[in-house]
Amino acid sequence: MDFSFSEEQDRFRQEVRAFLEEEIEKGCWEPTCDAWVQGFDPAFTKRVAQRGWIGLTWPREYGGQGRSHIDRLILTEEMLRYGAPAACHWFGDRQVGGAILSFGSEELKKEFLPRIVKGEAYFGLGMSEPGTGSDLASLQTRAVEDGDYYVINGQKTWTSCASFSEYFDVYVRTDPEAPRHRGISEFIVDAKSPGVSRIPMIDITGTEAWNDVFFDNVRVHKKYLVGEKNRGFYQVLHQLDYERSGMERLMGNYPLFDAIIRFAKENRLSSEPAIRSRLAQLQIEFEVGRLLVYRVALVMEEGRAPNWESAMSKAYSTEFEKRLACVTMEVLGTYGQLKSGSKFVPLRGMALHSYLGSKGYSLQAGTTEILKNILATRRLGLPSS
Amino acid sequence: MKLTLTEEQEMLRKTARDFLTDKCSKKFVKQMEESETGYSGELWQEMAELGWMGLAFPGKYGGGDMSFLDLAILLEEMGRACLPGPFFSAVVLGGLSILDVGNEEQKQEHLPQLIRGKRLFTLALTEPGRHNYDASSVAMEATRDDDSYIINGTKLFVPDAHVADYLLCVARTKPRSGITVFLVDAKSPKMKHTVLKTIAGDKLCEVVFDQLSVAKANILGRLNQGWSPVEKIIQRAAVGKCCEMVGNLQRVLEMTVDYAKERKQFDRPVGSFQIIQHYCADMATDVDSARFSTYQAAWMLSEGLLCAKEVAIAKAWISQASQRVFALAHQIHGAIGVTIEHDLHYYTRRAKAAEVAFGDADFYREVVAREMGL
Repeated sequence: MDFSFSEEQDRFRQEVRAFLEEEIEKGCWEPTCDAWVQGFDPAFTKRVAQRGWIGLTWPREYGGQGRSHIDRLILTEEMLRYGAPAACHWFGDRQVGGAILSFGSEELKKEFLPRIVKGEAYFGLGMSEPGTGSDLASLQTRAVEDGDYYVINGQKTWTSCASFSEYFDVYVRTDPEAPRHRGISEFIVDAKSPGVSRIPMIDITGTEAWNDVFFDNVRVHKKYLVGEKNRGFYQVLHQLDYERSGMERLMGNYPLFDAIIRFAKENRLSSEPAIRSRLAQLQIEFEVGRLLVYRVALVMEEGRAPNWESAMSKAYSTEFEKRLACVTMEVLGTYGQLKSGSKFVPLRGMALHSYLGSKGYSLQAGTTEILKNILATRRLGLPSS
Repeated sequence: MKLTLTEEQEMLRKTARDFLTDKCSKKFVKQMEESETGYSGELWQEMAELGWMGLAFPGKYGGGDMSFLDLAILLEEMGRACLPGPFFSAVVLGGLSILDVGNEEQKQEHLPQLIRGKRLFTLALTEPGRHNYDASSVAMEATRDDDSYIINGTKLFVPDAHVADYLLCVARTKPRSGITVFLVDAKSPKMKHTVLKTIAGDKLCEVVFDQLSVAKANILGRLNQGWSPVEKIIQRAAVGKCCEMVGNLQRVLEMTVDYAKERKQFDRPVGSFQIIQHYCADMATDVDSARFSTYQAAWMLSEGLLCAKEVAIAKAWISQASQRVFALAHQIHGAIGVTIEHDLHYYTRRAKAAEVAFGDADFYREVVAREMGL
């Protein structure tokens, strides 16, 4: 056992921090909650790419750095600590690039990976549908073969970053006769394709958090099939393990955590036993969660896909973020209800945003209930219900 | 960063598990709970022969030259087995403290004896009505009398004082500031002990000192400078208790999941019901997180790093995680789990004792608050 970081890792963390602090100092952006998924800033993504920090773990032949998953976790942890606007590249870097690496053809790898790495290809996900949430295998969007093309029809929903996505990683039914898990395929669809349209969905905070994405006779060349035809369901399970694996589930609201602790100190609230104890409890929960997330990276470093390990860290972490928001609102009392831009608003309105926004954290990327099913069956070997 | 054990450590774990599975049945645990001494001298000698007492001590005292992290693995296995007896007090509270602050003569005098299984130690720290683990809670006075100190007063919750050969007694030698640790002969007629009846059936004692005289030469560490080493003793003890609890909780998780797979109602295993599955998932999350935070603290102690915050996080977390785990373990076991026929109660009772030992969640939350600068 060793809970320390190597000198190189410490240096890397310092390098990332210095970069982010300089960005903030220059006024490029200010630390924001949920910025990993809502902070759209192509210029920032470009600057991150120039440092080689997208696709950090990927092989060099595709433009990656061949570095460890711990390095990537250090990088993303610091991005989240500083609330950096990394949404343009987050999905490509976290999971779609990895999916292409694991399952895609050589041609797909060459087409997309170097562009993701350069911060030039932004991805959104096409998994959920209006009638398809936790039961992903029930999806209805269809793709029908037509010569060298597939023709896609249907609707995806809850697609984060969709309004600025240039590509969608879409799961569609390619064999309606097969058992439902065995008739799904994965495609990369250019968002500019004729027949693709998007309608923004506004979340409870008033933010455009997702889009409905419609596919109306969208023609996609066969070469954009990722992996094997009809194996898409197994590929999406694999991809979801990565989607759940990161620190963003624990630190998506880190700027708020940081701000409420500072606020409590500056306003002498931290000498009140109830507040003191609750903030300390949050700190304990945070540090414990961080270890669960690092465990996931170590699993990936062994070359294994994290399965129940990322289910555990994600389920744990989203509960932490919900509690963080609740405690913060309680500490702020009547001021907590003030919205960003209002007279007297504390902490730039982050508490209110997080209180409302965090309700969705335990739903996206696998509900906590689904994650606990995974833990019960895959980790503990309990019989399927 | 690495969260796995070395091959040697895995072997140590396996040896310990096999040995304790063989020697420490629940029937044995029950006998020890009911016995006067609370341990078996025969088993104690076998443990000494396996090198367990000396594991984390330098070779020159007869020890195994291994680390506190290795000892942590052993403690985890002892927690898993509900091992009764004075190992924790003799080794973690006594021996390692002597190794920390004793002079060479004291180490030569005591450590080889401990390591051979021939001498027992314990720590006399807490006092009636003062259950916090801070310096201001030490009121017992030791007053100077020529080349000796005279100790009067009562220590409470002293583990295994009834069988100990020596007590590490923490007393005040200067009003307000000076605290000193004395190595006291536990067989002195000036010292009386009463074994308390406890939830875990372990032997916690009241120890009353009546004009007990200790020679100056038996000061452990420096006169009036004793609190800082005692803080380290408390930290190590807290982490040691965490290790025992990790072993305990891990075993309870396994027992509960096994039971959920076997127990049938409505013609199916209760573990196939989603609510039971989610209870088990919650337990697994609490156990894993307790394990990692505990081992983080154990590793830091082992490496000699400052770790007040990490120790506090580990003990605060596991103390509450344990309550959640047992609430669910009992719920899933159903009524059989609240009988004495079933083994679960051994774990439930011990976990509570470990939870309140050397600082509970409230105590350590406050430590974390201070570390955060609140």
